[in-house]
Amino acid sequence: MARTVTTRQKALNTTLAWAIGLLIFFPILWTILTSFKTEGQAISDPPIFLFFDWTLENYAIVQERSDYLRFLTNSVIIAVGSTLLGIVVAVPAAWSMAFVPSKRTKDILMWMLSTKMLPAVGVLYPIYLLFIKLGLLDNRWGLVVVLMLINLPIIVWMLYTYFKEIPGEILEAARMDGATLREEILYILTPMAVPGIASTILLNVILAWNEAFWTLNLTAAKAAPLTAFIASYSSPEGLFYAKLSAASTMAIAPILIMGWFSQKQLVRGLTFGAVK
Amino acid sequence: MGRITLDKVTKRFGDVEVIPPLDLTIEDGEFVVFVGPSGCGKSTLLRLIAGLEDVSGGQIRIDSKDATDLPPAKRGLAMVFQSYALYPHMSVRKNIAFPLKMAKMDQAEIDRRVDNAAKVLNLDSYIDRRPGQLSGGQRQRVAIGRAIVREPSAFLFDEPLSNLDAALRVGMRLEISELHERLKTTMVYVTHDQVEAMTMADKIVVLQAGVIEQVGSPLELYHTPRNKFVAGFIGSPKMNFIEGETAAQHGAHTIGIRPEHLTASATEGLWKGTVSVSEHLGSDTFLHVHDTGLAESMTVRVGGEFPVRHGDTVYLTPEADKIHRFDEKGLRIA
Amino acid sequence: MATQHSRAAARIMMAPAVILLLGWMLVPLTMTLYFSFKNYLPLRGGDLGWAGFENYTRFVTSSSFWPSILTTLIIVGGVLFITVVFGVLLALLLDRPMWGQGIVRILVIAPFFVMPTVSALVWKNMFMDPTNGLFAHLWRAFGAQPVEWMSQASLPSIIIIVSWQWLPFATLILLTAIQSLDGEQLEASEMDGAPALKRFWYIILPHLSRAITVVILIQTIFLLAVFAEIFVTTGGAFGTKTLSYLIFQRVLESQNIGLGSAGGVYAIILANIIAIFLMRIVGKNLDN
Repeated sequence: MARTVTTRQKALNTTLAWAIGLLIFFPILWTILTSFKTEGQAISDPPIFLFFDWTLENYAIVQERSDYLRFLTNSVIIAVGSTLLGIVVAVPAAWSMAFVPSKRTKDILMWMLSTKMLPAVGVLYPIYLLFIKLGLLDNRWGLVVVLMLINLPIIVWMLYTYFKEIPGEILEAARMDGATLREEILYILTPMAVPGIASTILLNVILAWNEAFWTLNLTAAKAAPLTAFIASYSSPEGLFYAKLSAASTMAIAPILIMGWFSQKQLVRGLTFGAVK
Repeated sequence: MGRITLDKVTKRFGDVEVIPPLDLTIEDGEFVVFVGPSGCGKSTLLRLIAGLEDVSGGQIRIDSKDATDLPPAKRGLAMVFQSYALYPHMSVRKNIAFPLKMAKMDQAEIDRRVDNAAKVLNLDSYIDRRPGQLSGGQRQRVAIGRAIVREPSAFLFDEPLSNLDAALRVGMRLEISELHERLKTTMVYVTHDQVEAMTMADKIVVLQAGVIEQVGSPLELYHTPRNKFVAGFIGSPKMNFIEGETAAQHGAHTIGIRPEHLTASATEGLWKGTVSVSEHLGSDTFLHVHDTGLAESMTVRVGGEFPVRHGDTVYLTPEADKIHRFDEKGLRIA
Repeated sequence: MATQHSRAAARIMMAPAVILLLGWMLVPLTMTLYFSFKNYLPLRGGDLGWAGFENYTRFVTSSSFWPSILTTLIIVGGVLFITVVFGVLLALLLDRPMWGQGIVRILVIAPFFVMPTVSALVWKNMFMDPTNGLFAHLWRAFGAQPVEWMSQASLPSIIIIVSWQWLPFATLILLTAIQSLDGEQLEASEMDGAPALKRFWYIILPHLSRAITVVILIQTIFLLAVFAEIFVTTGGAFGTKTLSYLIFQRVLESQNIGLGSAGGVYAIILANIIAIFLMRIVGKNLDN
């Protein structure tokens, strides 16, 4: 479609798209701005956009009062831990399915996908009970395992689609060149799949970070991650908008940045390769 | 050094037998081409020799040693793949050195061999680039380089030229032939292009549905095709086949005449027809003649220029001693 | 590729993932099925014996069941409608030439990365609060009476919040699909004299139909399980109790495990029906 677009048209597109983009982004922007206001300015009518007394005190208060760092640590451990554990389990499985496909490979992939569709409430009590029995309730490692399991199908699928793009002939060439299976995976497959593995990690950290069913239901005080930390603001007392905003900003900032980096890979990971 | 023997080799994928029991001997130093239409099993056969697929039955011997159950790396063969299969994250130098590194060769020897291969194949100027920065022809050379450094007992080529454009293909064809002249190593080459087969091979193996139709030198196949399939597959343009009464006159079910063995005349000849399309190449003229009453369309090759156009009447006469005769089963009648 | 050697290796390397997921699926599922046939009240006597299908009939005949189904359908349907319609429009817009396309994309995609508890609370308090929320300020600025969103318009509020979270997902996938449309096809239709609206209707929309189906199916699966957005806003009050939330309440709040498990089985069946359609599409794509 190489065709010159008139500047007028382009300007029109640009204006419309930016207006809608900013509108969609506005709640996030507003949260970030509010986090730097005083509580009084946060609720002022008419609202103040930029010309307020910028302050960092909300961040200090949030950290002091509710020990933000502990929740953050839990979130990091749960999100990163479950993802890395998932990768370790999924890489060999995805290698097998991509390069040594059998008649059942497709069925196995489909079945894995189907486990992801099991509604969480349907199995809430059994998991709850098992966690009590195993002493894993309100335990970070228990959540690492659960989130690894719920995201494992996505990890396997993403890696599978990335591995699939590596031509089998290259691995065969390595085999002809005398590489053992270990050398083949180590020297040829892994270096070629680094971008795919990286984006798989990124997306799954995001998904695990934002997971808000199991993290809310299986934790209390000790292992609660940021999802639960924010949920504790649902019945607050007094003025709290600025503090809520500061807490929210801290909870979403790391993931927002990671998300922006991984947006290109997002589609593949979330549609199981059904949209390219 | 590189004698490959296939003894009753079969291959089944599930219930489908893609290669029924097959015997073949490839002599040391020979350039053997497997040729056939797509899906004829030629690539599968090559992969069986390479060890990339298990045989379902029979034995593969390389230099009279049983190699049937050896892993690919232990067979002493090198392979050039259709997609070249270069390692994209390694430089050309590292690509070529990879098999030597896997063989735990010492670095000085690796460098010597890689430099030597680079010189032979003229890839000095891009030895430090990555495959992604190379043209198709250059990639092809690197793939060949990676194969020759190992000094294998035989080279296997899987349709190596099919990804190149027509002009480059002719050039690479010559280069591979020259390489064979120089190295005198056994080469097994798979292609669907009969021109490649005719120009490069010492011995052609024509395959159809996993079955060897004929084995022979290019000219043997051209002059005495064993059956209609080989007759139609080898030679360009394709052989004309005539059935019915005309064939019966020659005591055959079908007779075949190559386009170059028909003479065309505007005034007189054995068979009369109408020119449908005439293709003027300068060196040759190809006529596609209809309404001869023999076959739907007859192709004639006339040397030089032959001034006819669509709709003109033309007379064809076959060279009597160049007529191929086939029985009902399509087999050659001697 | 496939020799016996590599096939054996493949089986071993696949085992951990398969075994883990099999356990994760079968153990809780069996337990849920088991409990669903039990009279099980941990806080009121514990296991009170077998119940037959009583839990199943009680769950569907309870006064909260049909309203919860209706609520679920309204939320899922409303969000799907908004995200698909606006997703298509937004994707079409983002596909056009403009300045700063990359930045606009980032702005549009951002809500997807916001944790559900954060987005629910930010919307509930800073936008929809009837005294201090931005909407209240806006309403007052025009002299109108501010809406008490969470109680008077609880379902639309939740639909707005959830749509805001999922619109980026729909847009991104539909944009990817639009960009994969063969430019020559559009040019051909232009040569054939099709005006813009007809081109959209006969070329672009059919091309998007598969992507739209995928968006609908995947979102449905996630939307049926919407939890945090209700948990931190209305807590299931004001007619926002979905099927998932009802089951959650039966299990954790009233601790009637048998009844909740029977509801869980219903939810699993429902999700599986949708899953089958999604799998068909994904499966077809695997073949080519």
